[in-house]
Amino acid sequence: MKVPVSWLSEIVDLPAGITVEQLDAAFVRLGFEVEEIVRPPATTGPLVVGRVLEIEELTGFKKPIRYCQVEVGESEPRGIVCGARNFAVGDLVVAALPGAVLPGDFAIAARKTYDHVSDGMICSVRELGIGEDHAGILVLGQEGFEPGTPAADVLGLEDVVFDLEVTPDRGYAMSMRGIARDLAGVLGVSWRDPADLPLPEWSGAPAWQVSVADPDRCDRFSMLALEDLGPAAPSPWALRQRLAQCGIRSISLAVDVTNYVMLELGQPMHAFDRDTVRGPITVRRAAAGERLTTLDGADRALTEDDLLITDESGPIGMAGVMGGASTEIGDGTTAVLLEAAHWEQTGISRGVRRHRLPSEAGKRFERGTDPEVTVVALARAAGLLVEHGGARVVGAPVDVDTRGPRPVIAMDAALPGRVAGVAYTREQVVEVLAAVGAEVVGEGAAIRVTPPSWRADLLEPADLVEEVVRFRGFDEIPSILPTAPPGRGLTERQRRRRSIGRALADAGYVEAPAFPFTGAPQLDALGLPEDDDRRRVNTVRNPLSEEAPALRTTLLPGLLASLGRNLARGLRDVALFEHGAVFPGGERSAAPLPGVDRRPDDATLAALLGAVPAQPWHVAVAITGQREPRGWWGPGRPAEWADAVQAARVVAQAAGAELTVRAGERAPWHPGRCAELLVDGTVVGYAGELHPKVCENLGLPPRTSVMELDADALPAPAVPQAPPISTFPPVLIDLAVVVRDEVPAAEVAAALREGAGELLESLRLFDVYTGAPVPSGSRSLAYALTLRAPDRTLTGEEATAVRDAALAAATAATGAQLRA
Amino acid sequence: MSGANDPYDPKQVAALSQESLEEALTLGVAAFAAAADLEQLAAVRPDHLGDRAPLLLARRELGALPPAARSDAGKRLNGVLGDLKKAYAERLEQLEAERDARVLAEERVDVTLPWDRTPRGARHPLTTLTDRIADIFVGMGYEVAEGPELEAEWLNFDALNIGPDHPSRSMMDTFFVAPEDSGLVLRTHTSPVQARTMLDRQPPIYVVAPGRVYRTDELDATHLPVFHQVEGLAVDKGLTMAHLRGTLDHLARQLFGPDARTRWRPHFFPFTEPSAEFDVWFPEHRDGPQWVEWGGCGMVNPRVLRACGIDPDEYSGFAFGMGIERALQFRSAVSDMHDIAEADVRFTSAFGVEQ
Repeated sequence: MKVPVSWLSEIVDLPAGITVEQLDAAFVRLGFEVEEIVRPPATTGPLVVGRVLEIEELTGFKKPIRYCQVEVGESEPRGIVCGARNFAVGDLVVAALPGAVLPGDFAIAARKTYDHVSDGMICSVRELGIGEDHAGILVLGQEGFEPGTPAADVLGLEDVVFDLEVTPDRGYAMSMRGIARDLAGVLGVSWRDPADLPLPEWSGAPAWQVSVADPDRCDRFSMLALEDLGPAAPSPWALRQRLAQCGIRSISLAVDVTNYVMLELGQPMHAFDRDTVRGPITVRRAAAGERLTTLDGADRALTEDDLLITDESGPIGMAGVMGGASTEIGDGTTAVLLEAAHWEQTGISRGVRRHRLPSEAGKRFERGTDPEVTVVALARAAGLLVEHGGARVVGAPVDVDTRGPRPVIAMDAALPGRVAGVAYTREQVVEVLAAVGAEVVGEGAAIRVTPPSWRADLLEPADLVEEVVRFRGFDEIPSILPTAPPGRGLTERQRRRRSIGRALADAGYVEAPAFPFTGAPQLDALGLPEDDDRRRVNTVRNPLSEEAPALRTTLLPGLLASLGRNLARGLRDVALFEHGAVFPGGERSAAPLPGVDRRPDDATLAALLGAVPAQPWHVAVAITGQREPRGWWGPGRPAEWADAVQAARVVAQAAGAELTVRAGERAPWHPGRCAELLVDGTVVGYAGELHPKVCENLGLPPRTSVMELDADALPAPAVPQAPPISTFPPVLIDLAVVVRDEVPAAEVAAALREGAGELLESLRLFDVYTGAPVPSGSRSLAYALTLRAPDRTLTGEEATAVRDAALAAATAATGAQLRA
Repeated sequence: MSGANDPYDPKQVAALSQESLEEALTLGVAAFAAAADLEQLAAVRPDHLGDRAPLLLARRELGALPPAARSDAGKRLNGVLGDLKKAYAERLEQLEAERDARVLAEERVDVTLPWDRTPRGARHPLTTLTDRIADIFVGMGYEVAEGPELEAEWLNFDALNIGPDHPSRSMMDTFFVAPEDSGLVLRTHTSPVQARTMLDRQPPIYVVAPGRVYRTDELDATHLPVFHQVEGLAVDKGLTMAHLRGTLDHLARQLFGPDARTRWRPHFFPFTEPSAEFDVWFPEHRDGPQWVEWGGCGMVNPRVLRACGIDPDEYSGFAFGMGIERALQFRSAVSDMHDIAEADVRFTSAFGVEQ
């Protein structure tokens, strides 16, 4: 909402000397965020109203040129050359005289041009810096100003315009009237309600025959007819200027007047060309299949929720949203029917959204207008059309008014103080409510408040509390820290997420959160088979990108995109991790939409919560380049599949889970370099090297390795139990065995452990060897075993027995042979 | 060797004569002193302290002496032998000290050489800032509540007093989830966690809910379609706006320094009444101390309490929410939102693992 200070000051008795900064602070205090303060353009020097006395058409030049005698309040008129043609003798214009400097450092001087001395310039709107219009010069009309009057007074060049953001609950503030009331209230000054207008003594038959078939959606519908409107009558400059300041384009007198009244009173209006309206008007819902061509020329299919203005020909307007083309006022319109109505808010909101027709009128109607002012607005508009367009009102207004009584809110006068934590007196509370426009009755603390007609948002005591706190000011509220009851701290799950993040960061991975949107191209690039469960996605109906309308079912597309972005920026050795929710798809029932007047019943609530899909928390890493860089210590070590598997172990350890690994096969991993990750026999994820094809698809370096696991699938860790710590000396033995290549090392280790029994303290693979003398097709695995007894020093014989038992178990389970 | 019973004066036995003993001592001390290093010292030691050294050989003569003479000669011999051993020990210690000093000097390294063999990792600053905020509230007794990002429309809107036709429902720039009647959206704010919490338990409730939210904004220097908020909710008997202010001021001080505080401006949120937006006074701002817009807050709308089964006549509550990106932006002087969203390791690594 744009608010010119000049307009405001006509309504509010602003304190003398109030500054722009003080007004700014007052608006903010009221809850109207100041988006912009538009200050007038910089113009200096003589800029005056002039009257064109004579026009001499100059010929013989490339274009027609006029040499004009312009009266500027001096003893003699000035001769000014002008290239525009949109003015006539007698018109009032704005003349910049020599010495004036217009916006853009445009200095005006007397100069010879087109064989005449031009003693100034007749200005266009654009040259004055007050608009974009440069089609011709600015014509102020023929009356209203004396030549020589400083143009700044006329043009509003001294005028500051505040652009305020009005929150959607405050429909009344979409008008000068509403802004003025609040401002006067908070500044403690008097004001004049522009809606407080004496209505003329209209007489005669009502302007039109009207019936309202849907009083729930329209509880007041008013009309007034005018005739003899001068079709070419221009809008007066003052009106056009205010519209321009408020960001509304001037169209014609009738349209400009309705817009002006909308800005002033907050009541949007519509003007019909009366001669095109066929028979009685009915306000009703659309029937199935009906259509309407709206003012913008679009032929629109209507739904049964659309509220219409109709005549015998059918729909002639979509109530509160947009008028119809068939009854649009045009260049020849001399008879108009003005409409001002009060529409139910949510219906307008639906219509605006359904037909995608946001408008200044719709914005006001959906926020709520004042039903009290429909006829006042008609009178105000009619007055302006009579004054500036030569029109006359015909007959009496139509006013179909089915409004019920206004609601009354019972409130404890102490409630605002209880909510704010400030001891407001009853008098302070009542004073604020009165300033808002409410009627307050009742003795003592129990008050009964009737909110004003323009405040449809005030429905409950809490709404009134807000008005009291707002007007009294938030600065009065003290700062007191409440004492919460003892809390339980973070949950296991929350702690675990932090541990995982820290552990991966400690292991050299950088967290790289990505937007969770994906799509078929990304999943194709991963080489997922058609029936892969990760292709069952939830999709967004209005995605930012048609390429990525789905919610991720795996972290890998986003993570690999982040990896690619880092590589594209010149990095080589990159290790990333991400943890976050994924969104598996699948069939499920729709979530219900219960009422909000009470808690939904348990069954509905269960259905509601059950319709929201589970969104498990995944962890993933991606790594490429050198895992350890080369340095003065020697060469680097390239990242490989094993790093990805180790990252899974890091995650599991941080989560307190026991991870086992076995060979797996799953896209997008290399089929021979993919580890299946298990906890308690359940697969929780995969790790290893990317399939070469996937690296190629994504433009990633070969051998890029990734891991992804479902952190929510890791069981809650048990409370760790302390192991017995033996202080007897250990026996260290090495054991090398030869196994076939296809035997996994993990199985050999498991068998060795099993066979070694309780005396085994630890076992570690320290070498893998292939080549002579190990036969081809086999490899040698060398293990270091630490043996220790809890209660004695082990003897050589005991150690040998353990070693033999371990070897025997490995031989039995995996065919391992002692390396010769 | 003399016979045991020969009555002779030990001073007459050449090897035990005072001159011989002192000569052996002098020679030994000189030899030890002349040894330039431990090896030489070890090499000369047998000549003076070995089994066949003069003093040790002289000791063998003692047994042949009569008791009185033996005592005298033994004392003299032991005195000299002790002096020689002492001389040896001193020289040994001296040479060992010299060797140690030399070896340590030789083993000197350049301690400024890098040893960054394991690359540095980092947590994202959004994560660490979120944790920090959560910890501040946990310290006040709050619990950290969670809710899904893909959320029921009813919880994201209706339960929060944003009815189906409420203008702010379309202003929220919502991502809707297919099919049209799914009743699901990507949550536009963390406020549905409020509703979930109140539906799940009875007051007193003190929770904070950080998380990721979604709006259909194109990514640019100041907008993100996917960003993070932290929501706070307290429902208890007798809570007032003063308590809300106290809580926000406390948070501001913890995050932005002891001089930080909040300033409120009236605003509108369907789920709070009264509602305010709040700014925080940030003394460390890179452009100088200033007020920075941060979030929204208010007293929980009684309609929301009712929809969640809490009696607004018995309980009152306050709620607040703010953008974590926004806080990160001014706390750490981030100039472009792209940097927060693009996972460039150079950006994230700068924050390390700030806890």
